[in-house]
Amino acid sequence: MNRFDDIKKIIIKKPLKLDCGVTITDYPLAYETYGKLNQDKDNAIMVFHALTGDQFASGKNPVTNKDGWWSYVIGPNKALDTNKYFIICANVIGGCMGSFGPSSIDKKSGKKIGINFPVITINDMVNAQFNLLDHFNIDKLFCVTGGSMGGMQVLQFIANYPDKSKIAIPIACSASHSAQNIAFNELGRQAIMADENWINGNYELENKSPNKGLSVARMAAHITYLSKKGLQEKFGRKLQERDKIKFGFDADFQIESYLRYQGSIFVDRFDANSYLYITRAMDYFDLCKNSNGDLSKVFKNTKTKFFIISFTSDWLYPTAENREIVIALNSINADVGFLEVKSDKGHDSFLLDVPDFLNALKNFVDNSYKK
Amino acid sequence: MKEEFKIIANSIQREKSILDVGCGDGELMKFIYENISKKVRGLEISKDNVQKCIQKGLTVIEGNAEIDLQQFPSDSFDYVILSQTLQAFLNPEKVISDLLRIGKTSIVTIPNFGFWKVRFDLLFKGTMPVTKTLPNEWYNTPNLHMCSIKDFVNFCNDRKINLFKSLALTNNKVSSINKFNLNFKNLTSELGIFLIEK
Repeated sequence: MNRFDDIKKIIIKKPLKLDCGVTITDYPLAYETYGKLNQDKDNAIMVFHALTGDQFASGKNPVTNKDGWWSYVIGPNKALDTNKYFIICANVIGGCMGSFGPSSIDKKSGKKIGINFPVITINDMVNAQFNLLDHFNIDKLFCVTGGSMGGMQVLQFIANYPDKSKIAIPIACSASHSAQNIAFNELGRQAIMADENWINGNYELENKSPNKGLSVARMAAHITYLSKKGLQEKFGRKLQERDKIKFGFDADFQIESYLRYQGSIFVDRFDANSYLYITRAMDYFDLCKNSNGDLSKVFKNTKTKFFIISFTSDWLYPTAENREIVIALNSINADVGFLEVKSDKGHDSFLLDVPDFLNALKNFVDNSYKK
Repeated sequence: MKEEFKIIANSIQREKSILDVGCGDGELMKFIYENISKKVRGLEISKDNVQKCIQKGLTVIEGNAEIDLQQFPSDSFDYVILSQTLQAFLNPEKVISDLLRIGKTSIVTIPNFGFWKVRFDLLFKGTMPVTKTLPNEWYNTPNLHMCSIKDFVNFCNDRKINLFKSLALTNNKVSSINKFNLNFKNLTSELGIFLIEK
């Protein structure tokens, strides 16, 4: 049995014209849900995942057998309480957990699409996921939320559909991908493409996989998700199962061993071409570009209530970039709250057990639902 | 609730929009939200206080008034409240001009440095004053620019700021301040409450 057989999917018949000009139709979108949709259908939350996330935000991921990426946030009595809310999370298009992506099979050739997959954007991802509202017959969501690339999708969702969610919580993100972040993504892509097993993106045809390149991409990216202080406290200069350095290029230090491990487990669950496509979508994300740099115009028509959260030690999507969103919303007198959570855990804070974050999220969501 | 907050709340018309600058733990905002207007938002510098506000279901932005007020558009609120915070700013003059720009009406309250107990401490004890409204010692006070009721009235007059309501508070008793009793109120009041407009 294929490990993807159990995944819930809808086939989207409605054509979607992508930003690159290509139109896609009859494409699969894989999703998962948690909790129950109530009779009034006013308790639905759409959660958007980050670069390497998937639809399994909570519970056990049936493919990787690991906890869902937002297990600290989603569950009974948690910040997004599954006793109260109906939570929908889809795998983005371009992804590799069942949604239409480079590892999907091309109907004509019967082979994996690979590098012939069209280049997608955050806008395309959001427009594809919007079809889930129709699928569940939901007129208006209660909440859209997500961190990092998930936060970008939140912003894009409200920009595209200003009256389709009561509240929006973009976390640790940016309205416009910075040069530094494009640079890190490019580093990852170059690592993948430099792997001889990438074979111009056609590795699946030859039953190969650019694991070394993908693993290096993950290692580099992983560093950007942590903070200097967090790394220093966790690893310092501690040596890996040895008393002294060995004057070689083995993993002498624990941090090296840790990164190698993170890289090695990543290649088991993630497709290298998906990594290229999704990082590209992030790089192309610039919500201001159609309004001459004025982000506030993007949200002009929204009645949505915003709560923006950043983390003190996040240097990938720093507070200043999150604050740009707050400033834009303030300048049009939108209903916006903002909190910078103190945490040493870097950009990854939004995925981890950070009580100040989880409490603020829960309080905001629950109070907003009451009103 | 503090008498000061009751006076501020009573000065606000129903269903108007309010920005509470330095809203603290949201006590005043919550009262306003529940009794006067749902259109109330806050700006607060302390993370702990922002958390308390969120817990109360209030919309608050974590930020520093001296930096972050400039992002609010002109005339975007009917009322802007600044309760006992003016003296803690590096540049109170700039903050006041932002309040006047953002709010149609601004409500500013100040602990009165002209209060007789304050004068007594300095004059007879020769020490920096410590009172109910000024509870800190010189070395740990957040206050940078103390002023008296009279100073604030002069400040407004010099800048042609329309000071259309001035109240004094002492021992939970409210009274009006006018140009005839200004010197007396400046001596006998713990707190000044001012409604100002451009």
